[in-house]
Amino acid sequence: MLDFLNKIFGRDNSPSRTVAKERLRLVLVHDRVGVSPQLLQSLKTDLIQVINNYMEIDEEALEVSLDSSENQVALVANIPVRKMKRKFQTETA
Amino acid sequence: MGEVIVVTSGKGGVGKTTTTANLGAGLASLNNRVCLIDADIGLRNLDVVMGLENRIVYDLVDVTSGNCPYKKALIKDKRFENLYLLPAAQTKDKTAVNPDQMRVLCDEMRDEYDYIIVDCPAGIEQGFRNAIAGANQAIVVTTPEVSAVRDADRIIGLLEKEDLREPKLIINRMRYHMVKHGDMMSIDDIIEILAVDLLGVVPEDELVVISTNRGEMVVINNNSKSGQAYRNIVRRIKGENVPMMDLEDSGFMKKLRRMIGLK
Ligand SMILES: Nc1ncnc2c1ncn2[C@@H]1O[C@H](COP(=O)(O)OP(=O)(O)OP(=O)(O)O)[C@@H](O)[C@H]1O
Ligand SMILES: [Mg+2]
Repeated sequence: MLDFLNKIFGRDNSPSRTVAKERLRLVLVHDRVGVSPQLLQSLKTDLIQVINNYMEIDEEALEVSLDSSENQVALVANIPVRKMKRKFQTETA
Repeated sequence: MGEVIVVTSGKGGVGKTTTTANLGAGLASLNNRVCLIDADIGLRNLDVVMGLENRIVYDLVDVTSGNCPYKKALIKDKRFENLYLLPAAQTKDKTAVNPDQMRVLCDEMRDEYDYIIVDCPAGIEQGFRNAIAGANQAIVVTTPEVSAVRDADRIIGLLEKEDLREPKLIINRMRYHMVKHGDMMSIDDIIEILAVDLLGVVPEDELVVISTNRGEMVVINNNSKSGQAYRNIVRRIKGENVPMMDLEDSGFMKKLRRMIGLK
């Protein structure tokens, strides 16, 4: 019942404000730096090529984007690894 | 020498025309000589918002193309002695005016008026270029939504490139109860992201719609929160230091909540 009342009076504490702010922040990092989606795409392709020499990665799930904190822009890559290539596995061990 | 202030936003429909009309009326009510220019060629609106739509004879394009002197095209407001409107042309498009012509016009007007406020069309194309050309100050209007704030950021960047530095921000249609419940970005969120000076916050208010229906400006309504917000902004434009008003969750819902013991 209290839940129901809270809903009616808008007290259901959904964090959409925080989501909005974070999405906006990230979008503006890209807008302000002025990188094109094409640039990021071609960076992605190159990254895949290089990394493929060392490990097997999930190319579909690879994400490359910009982020910023304290006036610094960072390139953030999320690259899920499937498995290491055999020849490098022994060498580093 | 008068100030030429452009009211712009990037995103459409966030309240540029409403802001222009209310700031104009507010400044005029404090005995400033004010002229408003509707630069939204092809989508004329400031005239209906002010209730002056039946008095138009000449328009902005007539003036910039040299068909008539600007004074002949001005429409005098019904209520305020020293408030004038230069309406946009309705049947032409944005390319009928160029930035140089706007610069000349604004410079000429600055001798006669304390404030010239230019209502900018949405977008970043020629209409925007025209509207900002003669301005020496800029007000950016946004609503507390991701898309509007993003466009405001783009506009601020473009204004700074055009040497309209330090544009001031108005956040329009703020819904305080939503912010309170975490469902809308707050003033601080937006200011932090855009890193500009805040000129004022106008709450979402049905009285804006009701006034506009009648061709009146809410700034003269002493019983409205949005009117109060516009009056505060006017005083800030005049250089006064007016604290942001407390626009808490107002009235009804708060009472009701207290009544049933939710807070
Ligand atoms: N504070 C407010 N509360 C409620 N309604 C508002 C408020 N401000 C503006 N509106 C309404 O929002 C609508 C759009 O406002 P307005 O025409 O001023 O926007 P605009 O930025 O000039 O639009 P455009 O980009 O099309 O020129 C209007 O119907 C107006 O009455
Ligand atoms: Mg408008």
